[in-house]
Amino acid sequence: MIRAERVTVELGGRAVVHEVELAVATGELLALVGPNGAGKSTLLSALSGERRPDAGRVLIGDRPADELGALELARIRSVLTQDNAVSFPFRVAEVVEMGRSPWARTPAQDADDDAIRAALERADVAHLVERRFTELSGGERARVSLARVLAQETPIVLLDEPTAALDLRHQEDVLRIARGLAAEGRTVVVVLHDLSLAAAYADRVALLEDGRLRALGTPVEVLTEPLISEVYRLPVEVLVRDGRPLVIPRR
Amino acid sequence: MSAPAHLARRRTLVGLALAVLLVLATLVSAVVGQFGVSVQDVVLSVLRHSWIPNPWFANPWPEIDPTADAALWVIRFPRIVMAMAVGAALAVAGAVMQAVFGNPLAEPGVVGVSSGAALGAALAIVTGLLAFGEWTIALLAFAGGLGATLLVYGVSRANGRTEVVTLLLTGIAVNAFGGAGLAFLLFMAGTASREQIVFWQLGSLSGSLWRESLLVLVVAAIGAVVAIALGRRYDILSLGERNARHLGIDVERLRFWSIVLVALLTGVAVAFVGIIAFVGLVVPHLMRMILGPSHRALLTASAFGGSLLIVVADLLSRTLVAGAELPIGLLTSLIGGPFFFVLLWRQRRASGGWA
Repeated sequence: MIRAERVTVELGGRAVVHEVELAVATGELLALVGPNGAGKSTLLSALSGERRPDAGRVLIGDRPADELGALELARIRSVLTQDNAVSFPFRVAEVVEMGRSPWARTPAQDADDDAIRAALERADVAHLVERRFTELSGGERARVSLARVLAQETPIVLLDEPTAALDLRHQEDVLRIARGLAAEGRTVVVVLHDLSLAAAYADRVALLEDGRLRALGTPVEVLTEPLISEVYRLPVEVLVRDGRPLVIPRR
Repeated sequence: MSAPAHLARRRTLVGLALAVLLVLATLVSAVVGQFGVSVQDVVLSVLRHSWIPNPWFANPWPEIDPTADAALWVIRFPRIVMAMAVGAALAVAGAVMQAVFGNPLAEPGVVGVSSGAALGAALAIVTGLLAFGEWTIALLAFAGGLGATLLVYGVSRANGRTEVVTLLLTGIAVNAFGGAGLAFLLFMAGTASREQIVFWQLGSLSGSLWRESLLVLVVAAIGAVVAIALGRRYDILSLGERNARHLGIDVERLRFWSIVLVALLTGVAVAFVGIIAFVGLVVPHLMRMILGPSHRALLTASAFGGSLLIVVADLLSRTLVAGAELPIGLLTSLIGGPFFFVLLWRQRRASGGWA
């Protein structure tokens, strides 16, 4: 469970996130969408406990985020950031293993090997283990980083644009993995640009506009023609197929 | 998941090779010099001064020529210990700096930490400041090194990473400032101080005393152990600052103490032997090529590799030219300069630019 209570985050005196009220339940997959600069990543970093809100507060599990130490946080929530460069030529196996570091010297350490193996399989990178991270393509790096996040095995998983560098199949794979995490009873928040992808997999969609939460609800409720056209300032057409909207720009 | 078999084997091999070479280099270093001493005499002298009993006879180990004994224990051994300690300190400082900056080109000499330390030392020499007794020079060298490290760190980081260009340009600025300060002090100084400062700029191990060598050795050993204990965290830090934080690392604290560590290791080395550049660049890089980037093994191997490099470099510096001693800093820069250029060139090619 993760909850934002009237969260405001300021960057350089400007409110990038403005009084956002949001709760994500256990077992739920929430997609965070909105135009560039709407504050999605900033909100996500506030939800992760990394950035302290200038006003309001964030509850992670059921405790205020600022009461949790770095290591405690690392055992509750994992974060996939957009920046996944690695400074030195570590092997993929080593990078994924680093995801287990919060569990060092705890009973959960015994599960390290299983967690790493499962994460490698799930992210479809088991064949890359002996390769060096620095030699991989952008999409491979993104998937290895996802595997690292999965290996952390936290009840809350936050993914910031996990599909950005991926091909069509791996985009679907990543969202299917996110779906699976939610089905296991984890709380999952995904920042996405592809509205149809968000619509296809998310339980609920949160639409941000200029730092404010413009709409929050099921994909059919949020991803409507008038709302999307207005927020993105681009006329769109929305087709609903199997109860899931498909958003297509009018060209 | 532990290291794969071939890497584990490689670690053992590198460890063995370093140990054997270090013992060999030490022996040769002890034997060669203006006053010739045989290998047998070196071994006997060491045994005689140790607590190891002679297993064959009830009497102690046979005595060797007292002049040879004195040459070994007053001149050569402290110098060799100093060489090992300085080499380890500089190589570990380099590896830690690279880990903290997330950049394989960071090195105390290149980014100006050494010149900051030299400036501190020169200040102590010229002003004749003795506020902290005979260790004043060492303390000021540490302070100068720490100041320079903090400056470089503060200026060259952006978004949790350090771009090569920024790092090198910051290094140029800090080195220029340090150089100007040194030049000014040279200008102000009397002849004796001037000679002493020139000695600092070029680096030399001659005239090392036991108490100095042992101090550097203790600092280098403690520093290396601390760095190795932090090794796992340095591995995770290479995922970038944010990712490391998300994995539960207190990045601010890790960075702060690492910087103190770099300044301490560099400062203590520079204070007694002057600027010996590029050790912190060449040694960790070679070790990374052989052992991979995992920091525990890398730091351990770098400490011993650095020792080996400086013992050999010192041996060369006092034997290459008959009857004279080359400054050791000159030798390491002679090798390190081209090496640095090759690294830069390769990184540039790999990243397709100067980023």
